[in-house]
Amino acid sequence: MRRLIAAASAALVLGLTGLSPAALAATEGAALPHTDFPHVGVFGKYDKPALKRGLQVYREVCSACHGLKHIAFRNLTALGLSDDEIKAIAETYQIQDGPNDEGEMFERAGRPSDYFPNPFANEKAARASNNGAYPPDLSLITKGRDGHEGYVYAILTGYEEPPADFALGEGMNYNKYFPGHQIAMAPPLNDGQVTYEDGTEAKVATMAHDVVTFLAWAAEPELEERKAVGLKVLIFIGLLTAVLYAINVRIWSRVT
Amino acid sequence: MSSPVPRNKVAQWIEYRLPVFSWVSHNLTDFPEPKNLNYWWNFGSLAGIMLVWQIVTGIVLAMHYTPHVDMAFNSVERIMRDVEWGWLIRYSHMNGASMFFAVVYIHIFRGLYYGSYKSPREILWWLGIVLLLLIMGAAFTGYVLPWGQMSFWAATVITNLFSAVPWIGGGVVEWLWGGFGVDNPLLNRFYALHYLLPFVIVGVVVLHIWALHHRRSNNPLGIDIKSEKDTIPFHPYYTVRDMFGMGAMLFVLFIFIFFIPNMLGETINYVPANPMQTPSHIVPEWYFLPYYAILRAIPDKLGGVIAMLVSILVLFILPWLDTSKVRSARFRPIYKQLFWVFLADCIVLGWVGAQPAEGVNIVISRICTAYYFAHFLIIMPILGKLERPRPLPESIHEAVLKKRGPAQAAAAMEKH
Repeated sequence: MRRLIAAASAALVLGLTGLSPAALAATEGAALPHTDFPHVGVFGKYDKPALKRGLQVYREVCSACHGLKHIAFRNLTALGLSDDEIKAIAETYQIQDGPNDEGEMFERAGRPSDYFPNPFANEKAARASNNGAYPPDLSLITKGRDGHEGYVYAILTGYEEPPADFALGEGMNYNKYFPGHQIAMAPPLNDGQVTYEDGTEAKVATMAHDVVTFLAWAAEPELEERKAVGLKVLIFIGLLTAVLYAINVRIWSRVT
Repeated sequence: MSSPVPRNKVAQWIEYRLPVFSWVSHNLTDFPEPKNLNYWWNFGSLAGIMLVWQIVTGIVLAMHYTPHVDMAFNSVERIMRDVEWGWLIRYSHMNGASMFFAVVYIHIFRGLYYGSYKSPREILWWLGIVLLLLIMGAAFTGYVLPWGQMSFWAATVITNLFSAVPWIGGGVVEWLWGGFGVDNPLLNRFYALHYLLPFVIVGVVVLHIWALHHRRSNNPLGIDIKSEKDTIPFHPYYTVRDMFGMGAMLFVLFIFIFFIPNMLGETINYVPANPMQTPSHIVPEWYFLPYYAILRAIPDKLGGVIAMLVSILVLFILPWLDTSKVRSARFRPIYKQLFWVFLADCIVLGWVGAQPAEGVNIVISRICTAYYFAHFLIIMPILGKLERPRPLPESIHEAVLKKRGPAQAAAAMEKH
């Protein structure tokens, strides 16, 4: 039995360290500057004030070019917003609906059941407005990039003057962390770009941290519930397994 | 144990028409098992449990999933976000696939160590290999369904392997695709196959257990059951042990599901499939990595495909490649060492399969591939002839008593 446990844990360690190519790929570029988000880790929870500030950054900055199509306004209750606040936010957006009885599409104010609208009608329109580049939807951005939250934060804060011998394409920007270092997105954040409702000073690092926290929530809204349920499940199955082991030993003691 | 049929009138009425009670008694409760099985014998039942786990979670997922290229990715996100406990069901299915492979691989290596493939269990072993192939098919078709970047490109790479077939390769690939590229027809048929294969697996599992019950379980000593003294009834001894095993396995599985649900998956599969953009690094899931390494180790495309297929098909003739009369590695001093070398070789193949195919990685993959085939085709036939096995015990019963120590053995003897 002891040997079995040793073998199983060895296999687990191997699995955790050796066989994760995604983790390896993330370290190809420079080391990521900030990866220590409070929601990462076994008992980690989202930083609620940062989530709300991050929503503000997304709405006032990112949403000019990036969609968030998997998030409906009603989902914002998870950030601690009241129904009235959510309604007010939804109403600031114009949503295309229809066709009406005359067969025409029309615009109306958003409702809590609507999803964040895309800033562009389609991919071609998005590319036409962005120097040929397509700003990706942000709903899954922290889940869909190697390096996860740390990578998105690094991109937002990684703009620099290019080295003297670097040939930067026209309309492109130099980013320390982007693969190939040429990124079409202009530096999105500048100190004081938003005026935080809670009075926090809007430094680039703070805004980046906040919006990355918000986007992590958008990608994994189930995270807190998942970990909380997981803890209970593990305690239950752990106790059950211990009891079953005790019964097992007892029954096997009869064998001669 | 008294008569397998309860005294109850209704039970007797049923038993007369369909002998379920004596069937259960014969095949489950009173079924005689060797009394010396160790915990490595748990992994067969664990594989069965994982099959049921995958079918149950999979059917629920199928109720919410849409197999269409424009909707598949979004329908999976819908499951994750809006379906009641949808994230739990999907993460259970996703990580369940990895758990399934983990227990199946341990089960297979258990068989290799204790010589469970040898006479009279060759057909049992064959059915096991068929199951492995079917499970691989189910895993691959399932991986394509979320229609993320890696789903799409894995489907592209694997279906393109068929183009290596001489003369008809191109036609075969178009036939598989149902068109001129990986697109909606392929997604549709993969969904149909992914729903079908588990039930084919269930059918082969029935045959696998039939063969097992006909010639009975092998055991760590690898010697035959000689008398009733060597056995104990399946229930309660192995039912309780299998339940304990299930608890332990679920504990590990739940760590993955609840705390590291995406660790074994590819990050880029959370980016919707894009036929215009090839990922820089296409890798399969961990359970396919050794075969992928073998595929890439051979410089010729057709040769690589053949080597990959043969790496599994060679298992079919293993019962005859292994010329040793002794089953268990416990009594084979050299094979016992070489088993671990072979296991290490498979793990290195898995590791190198995840690395980019360049530089020293290519050399490593070629050496390990060569050793993989040498183990079966050269070492096993020769070793069986040269090796001098240690003496086998008289019977399972005697070996068990000896292990317990003389005092207990004497006490046990008195009882009999």
